Amino acid sequence: MSVLTSKQKAPRLADHNAGRKLFGGRIATIIVWTVAALWTIPTLGIFTTSFREKSDIVSTGWWNVFFHPHLTLTNYHAVFFGDSGSGLTNGILPYFINSIVITIPGVIFPIVLATMAAYCLAWVKFRGSDFMFFGIFALQIVPIQLSLVPLLNLFTRGMHIGTIQVLPKFGIAGKFAGIWLPHTMFALPLAIYLLHNFISALPRELMEAATVDGASHFTVFRRIVLPLSIPAIASFAIFQFLWVWNDLLVALSFSGGTESIDPLNAKLANLVGAWGAHWEYLTAGAFITMIVPLIVFFALQRYFVRGLLAGSVK
Amino acid sequence: MPNFWSTNLPKLGQMTAAVAIFFAVLGAIFFIAGRANGKMQKPIAVVVLLGPAVLLLLFGLVGPTIRTVVLSFKDAYGHKFIGFSNYKWLFTDPDMRKVLLNTVLWLVFTPFVTTALGLLLALLLDRMKRESIPKSLLFMPMAISFVVGSAVWKFVYAYANPGDPQIGLLSTIVRHLGFTPSNWILTQPLNTFLLMVIFVWIETGFAMVILSAAIKAVPADILEASALDGATGLKLFRGITFPMVRPTFIVVLATMVATSLKLFDIVRTATGGNFGTSVLANEMFSEVFNYFNQGRGSAMAVILFLFVMPILAYNIFNLRRQRTIS
Repeated sequence: MSVLTSKQKAPRLADHNAGRKLFGGRIATIIVWTVAALWTIPTLGIFTTSFREKSDIVSTGWWNVFFHPHLTLTNYHAVFFGDSGSGLTNGILPYFINSIVITIPGVIFPIVLATMAAYCLAWVKFRGSDFMFFGIFALQIVPIQLSLVPLLNLFTRGMHIGTIQVLPKFGIAGKFAGIWLPHTMFALPLAIYLLHNFISALPRELMEAATVDGASHFTVFRRIVLPLSIPAIASFAIFQFLWVWNDLLVALSFSGGTESIDPLNAKLANLVGAWGAHWEYLTAGAFITMIVPLIVFFALQRYFVRGLLAGSVK
Repeated sequence: MPNFWSTNLPKLGQMTAAVAIFFAVLGAIFFIAGRANGKMQKPIAVVVLLGPAVLLLLFGLVGPTIRTVVLSFKDAYGHKFIGFSNYKWLFTDPDMRKVLLNTVLWLVFTPFVTTALGLLLALLLDRMKRESIPKSLLFMPMAISFVVGSAVWKFVYAYANPGDPQIGLLSTIVRHLGFTPSNWILTQPLNTFLLMVIFVWIETGFAMVILSAAIKAVPADILEASALDGATGLKLFRGITFPMVRPTFIVVLATMVATSLKLFDIVRTATGGNFGTSVLANEMFSEVFNYFNQGRGSAMAVILFLFVMPILAYNIFNLRRQRTIS
């Protein structure tokens, strides 16, 4: 039986490939590999330069490293621990720590709140839940720039109607909480939408069975929805991790530009200007900034792609 | 390193405490709210589950958006109303016109180039046996921030004065082709397009991965049938593949439009908005944080919003259609 099916399938597959023959197979391969190489060369340039002596960097192109390998860790040492020329008195490590401190809650908070909201919108039907879902969906596309100024004013001055103070200033401006909060707010629309897609597709019988057994919505959420949503949560977590780690706008607007809370990416943006042609620092700094997201990306690429597809292709 | 840990350990402690408190508070609320029964059960569940997100969205996005629209009609400090002055300035000031022109250039070129290149690569990849390695390489810049991307490409565009050795890749290639390299980042209007390359480099992988999934989802029988009918190559693509991939193509295109419009990281990092490269999103930031003019900054944000409005309408239209179908 199995032999038969595989025999039936064989010509079908061949035809299927023939049908897809848009360009010659070999030419396609050559073009793709050429573009892939083109896409990789700039990163390779940064990577190799970060291991070269300053005098070598300014006298010859980085590709010469393959003919005259002469490598050093001086640049990394200078950037990591700081030296007089780099202008980083305590090195880049404090910013690295800041990035971690900003990113982890910046991923956890929105995901937990979004999962709760997505479950509620999908399974606890109430009047206006559809309207609310559409509203949240619409917010996805609103540029963050639109809320920047008022939100900043809210954090630093509180909220006033006329002269009456309605909300106090939270005292979180320039603190980590003042960055976690905007990241959480801005991530919610997309997170709720993606998780809603997933959670609303969970089997109805499962939910009903639990409700018949007398479980409250909270029990259903914790015991059934949360464990089953792990794949969707993981996909979004990777997405949000990259987003927060690589963010510049929120960091520049809500951190004070100080060593105590500035993340790596914002500091690097600042250093690109300050360092100018100090490629020895710049390349090492750039590589330190991208290494964590690259590891996350390559380790979890499959989940990341799955999450992207869930969001874009319906 | 005692100094390092004395300042940085507390930060990690702060983070751990924040996460722990967050879960403790949620746990406590769940525990108390879970004890409710009877008629109150559902309303309480809605408030507890949806309340935090809705509140954060109201205070973080909805309220501020309305406030920004109001601020755009006020002076620099948000004190008194000045009508349409901010908008008038935005559309008449020569510098601002240049900024608007650049924004439109970004809007016209980057989404189309990125999406079309993504589609082409996805089509080519579909024909390959070992596609995972080139796919990963093309997709990799997606994990890199626009700031790092800008640093990476600034190095490609590096220029040295005549007489000094050229260490930039672009300058070297141009010189080997027999031309004289110029100071790329300063050359207008070429520099705006050089900055767009950074966007294309980072986002093409995204477009490719999504379009690649859409191409793989085209039913094989349809392709086979038309192949048997003698359709090949471009004809097959125009007749079958593209029409079936079109909805995804438009979604990716719309995403690229929204992303390129909001993006200020590249311009900020690569040129700081100088040398005639500034765009609306970058100018808005400068207006608010460097010139402290909230009115003008808000007017720019509103213009950004108006630009994405059609996409917003289109997305909602699509979602409604999907919901009525399913």
